[in-house]
Amino acid sequence: MRYLDEYRDRDLAHRMINQIKKIATRPWAIMEICGGQTHSFMRYGLDELLPSQIDLVHGPGCPVCVTPLELIDKALTIALQPKVIFTSFGDMLRVPGSQDDLFSIRAKGGKVRVVYSPLDAVKIAKENPDHQVVFFAIGFETTAPVNATSVIQAKALNLKNYSILVSQVCVPPAMHAILSSPANRVQAFLAAGHVCSVMGYWQYHPIAEKYHVPIVVTGFEPVDLLNGVRMAVEQLEKNQAMVQNAYPRVVSEQGNKPAQKIIDQVFMPVDRNWRGIGTIPLSGLGLRPEYSEFDAELRFNVSHIQTKESEVCIAGDILQGIKKPSNCPAFGTACTPEHPLGAPMVSSEGTCSAFYRFRRG
Amino acid sequence: MSDPIENSENIVIEGAYCPLPLEHSEQIVIGHGSGGKMTHDLIQKVFHPYFKNEYLAQGNDFSLIVPDRFDRNKNWVFTTDSHVVTPLFFPGGDIGRLAICGTVNDICVSGGQPLFLTAGFIIEEGLSISVLHKVLASMREAANEAGVSIIAGDTKVVEKGKADQLFITTSGFGLASPLIQLGGQFAKPGDQVIITGTIGDHGIAVLAARGELGFSSDIQSDVAPLNHMVQSLLEVAPHTHVIRDPTRGGLATTLNEIARQSNVGIVIDEINIPVNPTVHSVCELMGFDPLYIANEGKLVIIVPEEEADLALKEVQSTLYGGKAAIIGKIVSEPPKRVLLKTTMGGTRILDMLAGEMLPRIC
Repeated sequence: MRYLDEYRDRDLAHRMINQIKKIATRPWAIMEICGGQTHSFMRYGLDELLPSQIDLVHGPGCPVCVTPLELIDKALTIALQPKVIFTSFGDMLRVPGSQDDLFSIRAKGGKVRVVYSPLDAVKIAKENPDHQVVFFAIGFETTAPVNATSVIQAKALNLKNYSILVSQVCVPPAMHAILSSPANRVQAFLAAGHVCSVMGYWQYHPIAEKYHVPIVVTGFEPVDLLNGVRMAVEQLEKNQAMVQNAYPRVVSEQGNKPAQKIIDQVFMPVDRNWRGIGTIPLSGLGLRPEYSEFDAELRFNVSHIQTKESEVCIAGDILQGIKKPSNCPAFGTACTPEHPLGAPMVSSEGTCSAFYRFRRG
Repeated sequence: MSDPIENSENIVIEGAYCPLPLEHSEQIVIGHGSGGKMTHDLIQKVFHPYFKNEYLAQGNDFSLIVPDRFDRNKNWVFTTDSHVVTPLFFPGGDIGRLAICGTVNDICVSGGQPLFLTAGFIIEEGLSISVLHKVLASMREAANEAGVSIIAGDTKVVEKGKADQLFITTSGFGLASPLIQLGGQFAKPGDQVIITGTIGDHGIAVLAARGELGFSSDIQSDVAPLNHMVQSLLEVAPHTHVIRDPTRGGLATTLNEIARQSNVGIVIDEINIPVNPTVHSVCELMGFDPLYIANEGKLVIIVPEEEADLALKEVQSTLYGGKAAIIGKIVSEPPKRVLLKTTMGGTRILDMLAGEMLPRIC
């Protein structure tokens, strides 16, 4: 497959590993922001091929994982109502709320449908005028443009039966939160390539400067990841703290301007609660007042629902890179992909699920 | 189909109906499941023509099998399998071919030769009878290819909405030589692992046929009867330890089952696993892993090292085994684990599929 196979070239990957071995003179903790990157590292066994000085810290970049429990409970409450079709990306179906997950709501008779794009949800709304159709709009800056587009489309079609339950979060505020935490041990970042394809990387210069931390925009294939690590280690060894782009075939400094415009048209920055981490100021996106009629929280009056997290789950520390799944007493015992206690065990991008699938025992 | 055959010529019309009832020869209605004349007609006119054989011709609720004297020393193999698939027809196959091949393959992985099948049909009211004809024709073709006879059957009709068009349950009977000992518990360290062709074709073909991919593809399901392949294999590799068909849960799940049953480790070389380039591309786009996607015409064969090359060549020479490959070996440590040597040269656990495979978000 073109644009993929060349980035999975074994010889090239091994040359990069050797280069990293040559330049790394001491231990470095490097965080890959995105859960997709975490899974690639493990899926290809790259973490084992890297020299032991490179400590990969797994970041908060899994939209399923950081969606707060109370929002999942809100989703479940809405999905169980008659005359509602609740649509979601597949990953969210297995995330446990405080009682149930969307799979069990479906078994109880709730109309829960997996869609691949919110635009499919708009189509469902058009075809089912006697139902309220709700889309679970989760994700980082990557999903924001298409989620916003669904609202613009619904407005243009004058659909009164479409709304979105918003849990959009943004990467830069999370990086600030991690770096300013007293427990922080991250010395460099591999920024999430897909987020940057939308947003560019101009936002990262102030972070690199303020915290003196190298940030390398990185893709998801083995050669991309190793190249990102190599560039980060090079900077660390030279005591540099720049923003570099190791994913130029997809990412530009300014990003995708039309997509940013669409995000800005529909959403505005709001405070968001991150599962396991807590509220980070202006770390997410909410619907602008002129689109509030598409806000499922208001339409279904579920804003009052509040929920407490499981006390055993250390998702928060894991998402901030403070602890690893192996430090969790529930990992692989009380908490497994079949019976997850916390979201990082559920999603295909979750750190605990990556450890469980590829590295257990 | 083995419902008692009444003498249709002797049925007496007890009086004129006014107006005359419709014949309902175009779609299934509840009356087709009544057990009365409509059921009888359905069986005689729609089902029987496809499955004519001496056993059905007995016309009883049962088929009496008189064992051949050579067969008395053989082991009996029995299995059953229910088939539900949406849509009923997909590129490369349909529910009828699936229902025959699924049961034929479950018998042949014992090393046995499948001989007789029975078929139970649960039909949703409203199913077009022409659809039923197409399914039955496909069943006949697959049964002929496998060399099995369908010797008993049953139909039930349920109200609209109580089933999804058509469900088929097939049971199968076969005979196996007592000299052959095959089973998931027999894998031994040193054995080689063969997969008989590209993985994931069936699952992706069905997904594409559902229109869920948002684009069309040329992927064909691999659904096929594999009994001839197994018989050829056992002639050259009679000491084969395990044969299993990696259906739901895919290759990864089947390998994990074998590792647990045999208390051994399995090391697989990712680079040697055959994957159709289109299946590979679809999986990349959708966030699926072909290792977990269903196959309906593939076998995992675990064979002692000394017979492995012969086994591979033999399988490659069969109709459905052209792309067979040796993909790994059995090891003693770690027991009950499957390890994957990645294309990059790293090693990781290859686990069973947990729950449903979910497409990724971004």
